[in-house]
Amino acid sequence: MQEKDNTRRKVLIGLTSAVGLSGVPFAATPFIAAWNPSARAKAAGASVKIDVSKMQYGQQIQVAWRKQPVFIIRQTKESLAGLQETLPKLSDPNSEAIDEPYRGLNNTRSKSSEYTVIAGVCTHLGCSPKYHPEVEPKPWDATWSGGFFCPCHGSMFDMVGRVFKGVPAPTNLPVPPHYFDGNILTIGEDGGMA
Amino acid sequence: MNSMFGKMFGWFNSRLPIVNTFERHLSKHPVPSKVNFWYLFGALASVVLIIQIVSGIWLIMPYSNTEEQAFSSIEYIMRDVDYGWVIRYMHTTGASMFFAVVYLHMFRGLLYGSYQKPKELVWVFGCAIYLAMMAEGFLGYVLPYGQMSYWGAQVIISLFGAIPYIGESLELWVRGDYYISGITVSRFFALHVVALPLVLIALVFLHLVALHEVGAGNPEGVDIEAHLDEDGVPLDSVPFFPYKVLNALVGIGVFMTVFAIIMFFFPEGGGYFIEMANFEEANPLVTPEHIAPVWYYSPYYAMLRAVPDKLGGLIVMGSAVAILFVVPWLDNSKAASIRYKGVYSKVAIALFGISFLTLGYLGTVGVTEVRKTMSVICTVIYFAFFILMPVYTKYEITKKVPERL
Repeated sequence: MQEKDNTRRKVLIGLTSAVGLSGVPFAATPFIAAWNPSARAKAAGASVKIDVSKMQYGQQIQVAWRKQPVFIIRQTKESLAGLQETLPKLSDPNSEAIDEPYRGLNNTRSKSSEYTVIAGVCTHLGCSPKYHPEVEPKPWDATWSGGFFCPCHGSMFDMVGRVFKGVPAPTNLPVPPHYFDGNILTIGEDGGMA
Repeated sequence: MNSMFGKMFGWFNSRLPIVNTFERHLSKHPVPSKVNFWYLFGALASVVLIIQIVSGIWLIMPYSNTEEQAFSSIEYIMRDVDYGWVIRYMHTTGASMFFAVVYLHMFRGLLYGSYQKPKELVWVFGCAIYLAMMAEGFLGYVLPYGQMSYWGAQVIISLFGAIPYIGESLELWVRGDYYISGITVSRFFALHVVALPLVLIALVFLHLVALHEVGAGNPEGVDIEAHLDEDGVPLDSVPFFPYKVLNALVGIGVFMTVFAIIMFFFPEGGGYFIEMANFEEANPLVTPEHIAPVWYYSPYYAMLRAVPDKLGGLIVMGSAVAILFVVPWLDNSKAASIRYKGVYSKVAIALFGISFLTLGYLGTVGVTEVRKTMSVICTVIYFAFFILMPVYTKYEITKKVPERL
């Protein structure tokens, strides 16, 4: 029997397989895309508005945006001045590791010189850090000068949500997009200006 | 068999390998003549699998997978559905018992070298089953949408966020929403009741087919295939039925008694089987004071917390499970069983067992400095057991393994 040359057959099998495989990403697309947030989920995750004029100095309130806590703190002069003291303890004082929307605008990290607006979700594993504005020794830090402490795994943040060195949380608490219109703070929208 | 039934059976058997399959896997299948209680846990795991499938199907019927009703449908099952509480506690007790018997089954494998040539694939499929079970257990724990469901899932899904570049969008994609919402619950429900059970059953099938191909091991580590009778059946073996089956039934009886005692009298297991925080509905704005996983994940959670870096913690945790898969290629020992291995192996497995149990305890309690140091030490021992295995199994003096069982 004559020996067969299989080259042609192998090329054809290869080409047919390649064409077949090129269909896989197309077939997979709807299955992967169906896991994205749906239009309804996106609509429900739009912005929230809140009147912040009633807040006391030093008070922290929590609002839900996308059902996640967002912390609003009306800073006192003392607490803003105290930020200098904690500076050496911070691992990223200028928020270089994250996408900081209003860098260099105010030392509150927000669009306002008085209010701080930060996501109340620990960047470690998503717990909600607790507000401890008191300047006094704490079990977790003997030289505590106010800030946030996460009860789950002991991460610490300063009064404007910047992370301390040597804690499990990797980055600062992010600042959500927001803008002020008089006394009304809108979270989730930028107000057109960056 | 000339009867009507005999003819019908013959008709089927010539079209479907009924007798062959039955004999090969359930009756004539040769098993080692001498084994001990450690060899029961595989059978017990298959019993629990059946319990989970049956009780699970019955739970699907009254359960509601929406954000508004998930939690209240569990209360409905517990209070209003006739015997609903039994079926639910059967499923929750079954989850803990599944892990209990599988952990013992895996430890048996390490003790008696049940992964050594030619049983590598049996071990690998077993590890895959364990991995699928961990996913299955996690997804199921989210379904009641209690506080611990929510915050446990929050912690686990945040772990995806540690992956560089794609982490954050991956988190959003897994949740399908900006928080763990009804959308997340219903997709976890689909995975928990359809996708992963299919994977689990397929893996169990492969585990058993591979096992019956290479034959079961024994606590002496004797290769019974080396001495066969004139029919090619190992001399040191007995047929699976009735010897192994009746034997296992006694063990199953004892196990079912323990199972029933837990199910009827201690279904919450002191907060270890069902965590107390889960009796409260999920609240995305309030983190419980103390987040701990269910006991069967706690060793890995302790490892995660031992590393002060998010990505590092994820890598350590993942490696702790991944390293199990390669055990067959780490053991260089001439002996399979711990009875004939050298002193290094004995010390190593003892330290490993102690550190795994200690990690299990540390994962359920809050963090202090001392406990964190202990977690680090135990994590190092856990990994040292596997990483140094090629060395200590190669250089230790083993006893001579006997020829016959």
